[in-house]
Amino acid sequence: MLAIEVKNIAKNYSSEKSGKFIGLGKPFSDNDTRVDSDTGIEGISFEVKKGEIFGIIGPDGAGKTTLFRILTTLLLPDQGSARVNGFDVVSEYKSIRNCVGYMPGRFSLYQDLTVEENLNFFATVFNTTIEENYELIKDIYQQIEPFKNRRAGKLSGGMKQKLALSCALIHKPDVLFLDEPTTGVDPVSRKEFWGMLKKLKDQGITILVSTPYMDEASLCDRIALIQNGQFLKIDTPKDIISQYKNKLWAVKSDTMYKLLNDLRANELTKNCFAFGDKHHVSMDNDKLTMDKLREELGTLGHKNLDIREIEPTIEDCFMQLSQV
Amino acid sequence: MKQLLSFVQKEFHHILRDKTTMMILLLMPIIQIILFGFAITTEVKNTQVAVLAPTNDEATQRITDKINASAYFDVVDRIHNTNEILPIFRDAKAKLVVVFEDHFAEKLRHTGTAHIQLIADATDPNAATSFSFYANNIIMDYQKELMAQKTNPYQIRPEIKMLYNPQMLGAFNFVPGVLGMIMILICAMMTSISIVREKEKGTMEILLVSPMKPIYIILSKITPYFVLSCVNFATIMLLSVYVLKVPIAGSFLSLVAVSLLYIFVSLSLGLLVSTLTDSQQAAMLISGMGLMIPVMLLSGMIFPIENMPVPLQWVSNIIPAKWYISAVKTIMIKGLGISAVLKEVSVLILMSLVLIGISLKKFKIRLE
Amino acid sequence: MSNTIQHNTNKVITAEHLTKKFGHFTAVDDISFEVERGEIFGFLGANGAGKTTAMRMLCGLSIPTSGKGFVAGYDIGSQTELVKRNIGYMSQKFSLYDDLKVWENIELFGGIYGMNDAEIKVKTDELMKVLNFENERDKRVGSLPLGFKQKLAFSVSIFHSPQVVFLDEPTGGVDPITRRQFWELIYDATSKGITVFVTTHYMDEAEYCNRVSIMVDGKIEALDSPKNLKTQFNATSMEEVFQQLARKSTRKAD
Repeated sequence: MLAIEVKNIAKNYSSEKSGKFIGLGKPFSDNDTRVDSDTGIEGISFEVKKGEIFGIIGPDGAGKTTLFRILTTLLLPDQGSARVNGFDVVSEYKSIRNCVGYMPGRFSLYQDLTVEENLNFFATVFNTTIEENYELIKDIYQQIEPFKNRRAGKLSGGMKQKLALSCALIHKPDVLFLDEPTTGVDPVSRKEFWGMLKKLKDQGITILVSTPYMDEASLCDRIALIQNGQFLKIDTPKDIISQYKNKLWAVKSDTMYKLLNDLRANELTKNCFAFGDKHHVSMDNDKLTMDKLREELGTLGHKNLDIREIEPTIEDCFMQLSQV
Repeated sequence: MKQLLSFVQKEFHHILRDKTTMMILLLMPIIQIILFGFAITTEVKNTQVAVLAPTNDEATQRITDKINASAYFDVVDRIHNTNEILPIFRDAKAKLVVVFEDHFAEKLRHTGTAHIQLIADATDPNAATSFSFYANNIIMDYQKELMAQKTNPYQIRPEIKMLYNPQMLGAFNFVPGVLGMIMILICAMMTSISIVREKEKGTMEILLVSPMKPIYIILSKITPYFVLSCVNFATIMLLSVYVLKVPIAGSFLSLVAVSLLYIFVSLSLGLLVSTLTDSQQAAMLISGMGLMIPVMLLSGMIFPIENMPVPLQWVSNIIPAKWYISAVKTIMIKGLGISAVLKEVSVLILMSLVLIGISLKKFKIRLE
Repeated sequence: MSNTIQHNTNKVITAEHLTKKFGHFTAVDDISFEVERGEIFGFLGANGAGKTTAMRMLCGLSIPTSGKGFVAGYDIGSQTELVKRNIGYMSQKFSLYDDLKVWENIELFGGIYGMNDAEIKVKTDELMKVLNFENERDKRVGSLPLGFKQKLAFSVSIFHSPQVVFLDEPTGGVDPITRRQFWELIYDATSKGITVFVTTHYMDEAEYCNRVSIMVDGKIEALDSPKNLKTQFNATSMEEVFQQLARKSTRKAD
């Protein structure tokens, strides 16, 4: 059986219908949870197998949150149908609410309750107790247990994230929805978080996770690249990379900003982007060899040139796909 | 059931941990009662009076004596010219000037009608209202004396010169008013804010995605504020009985029953507000502007409804506080039983049914 | 650029033993560093390492408990008004007013920094051309895509030609192409002599910086060019360098 099955789902927001009280916008708050809730999605279809980690990868405003809200029965789709754990998201929403865990964008915990009180509260909300499913959250919860009497608002970003995950897991859900769990979290905590997800996968939990960080794509079994409410591609990270249409060269010199402009100015360049300390360039390889490029750049005055062929990253693929 | 209890417990945590807000909520009734009860005093004692009687006759003399003899007034000056009136006020020699018509007694005898003008220093409008009212009574008293002596009815027409006429703010009036206002504030404003806060922080999303029944969410949001309102009701009652010495003339049970009903109406109003908006700021504005101000201005708490323009009198009918305040006055002050306030009670019941109906229907099980 | 600035020093930011304590908690623990004019200086650290507190002190929003700091030649302890006048600031959380139009936002911030109307007008026209925003000029900022907003926010933060601009996680959540365009704007700003002080959670972005400092538990644990740091820690990427350093943290909850 499929854990998630989505057929041609679409959701459109007319500007009138956002449910806001006339003339009063949302006040600014740190916990702004509606980062991209106003972006619609158009005709999305995909399937997630049981026990899979499926990543929805794309920038803010691409429609990730809207998709998550439809699947967690918080929003009604305009068209199409979706099933989670075999239940229809519209007609059988109550059954879905019993078997999924959801961690909305940013951290939705009660800041004025302690760690333990938060966990206890969510346990009772889901008709269970901490003891009943302690095994499942043990690994994660033990890391924050020393601070169980601390208010959630006083935890660091990484700890809040662990607590939120514990709360979403407390009722042993079949499917876990994590909407941008790692946004704004430092690389170390992010790595730890993905380690936890792997362990949950091993226990048979299906995970749908969204992220704007492209480097997290390789940690998913399969991914969908999303932009402007549409999927650009659905596949395993490996296959997406192998389908990159060109050879990709990493180019370096002593004057990087000039190099970028010079590479862009070359009429055989298909695209060229800065990538940390290198520039990634794809060129018309029929007409230009690496040696030829080296020679051309040398005449433009670039010193210490270094050009080598590299394997594209998901980010390269995303940029190529989104430019079509 | 455990779900509900745990949710209610969480709500109490939220309230008890926000010390500032809680203090404000608990102290507000006390402060309001004390403010209305002591700071804004309307008691009139030994107010200085000046008299202008162009023709000094037995009638003007008699009235002046009566005024002077009362505990409320001291006649401190006699003036002879209207030009002297303003300097008297300016130098604060008197707060009230009694002006008799020319040939007062003669006119009264021959035509049966004579005029007195009461000019009051209305810098403190409430006090001015009170003492003019007392002076007026003294004159009426004299008129009654005359009527008793003679067969033809004489008429003295006192004319009070004051444009400002708020309701006299006696303890008997403001205790019901404060009750009506505090309940709306705590029940409606706080309930709506606490629900909307969950929407704003995103926690509502998790609650909706859980098997928690929406009615549980509503009930547990309402309970703490219900308790808080009861505490405030008790505070106000204790203060008014023991500090302000306003007795509860009627049945205490009926008073509690009516108040519980009113609390329920206010809670439903809060629920309704929470379904209208997604931001705490808007919830606060709607309950502040949309509920509090009408309660203060249109419920009869400060301005008597009978003195309002007819359209506003109509509007006042949809304000729950109007019915509540009227019921409380009847029970607490007039000492009548629940049967005397059947109209008010049925209006409040009707309102609560309509409001709770709409808000339950509008309470969303999704985000749209 | 304002003409009263003294250019006699090439150090745009100097921190000498900067420390900030909140009660018994030392958020920033005796940090010292210098940033040169025109540099892109990356300020990295795990959540709770003290980055935000340090940045607030440098922007004149928070007075150091001890130590000294100079930004744009002014003392961050005693000359906060002058500091603020000479810096720009942009963060992912707050950038522009959504309910104002593009040009109204620019006019507002230009006005706040005391620019005159003629100057604002000329520079606005120029900016709209550079960003290719001419059609968006009269649109409300709230209606623009996130990428547009961030580019605009950055341009507004350097609109008054500050000596330094502080960027607090400026590129969070943006698509990869916009993120690169954003960095190109940063390069362009430095080519005009503006110093850039930036925090980020994207380790590949750390590679764009001339020099990078990594904070762990309130202290600066490493400070050098990305290349030297990678050699020093025997790592192939800044990500690895960061992981090695930040794992040393003992400060679990802040």
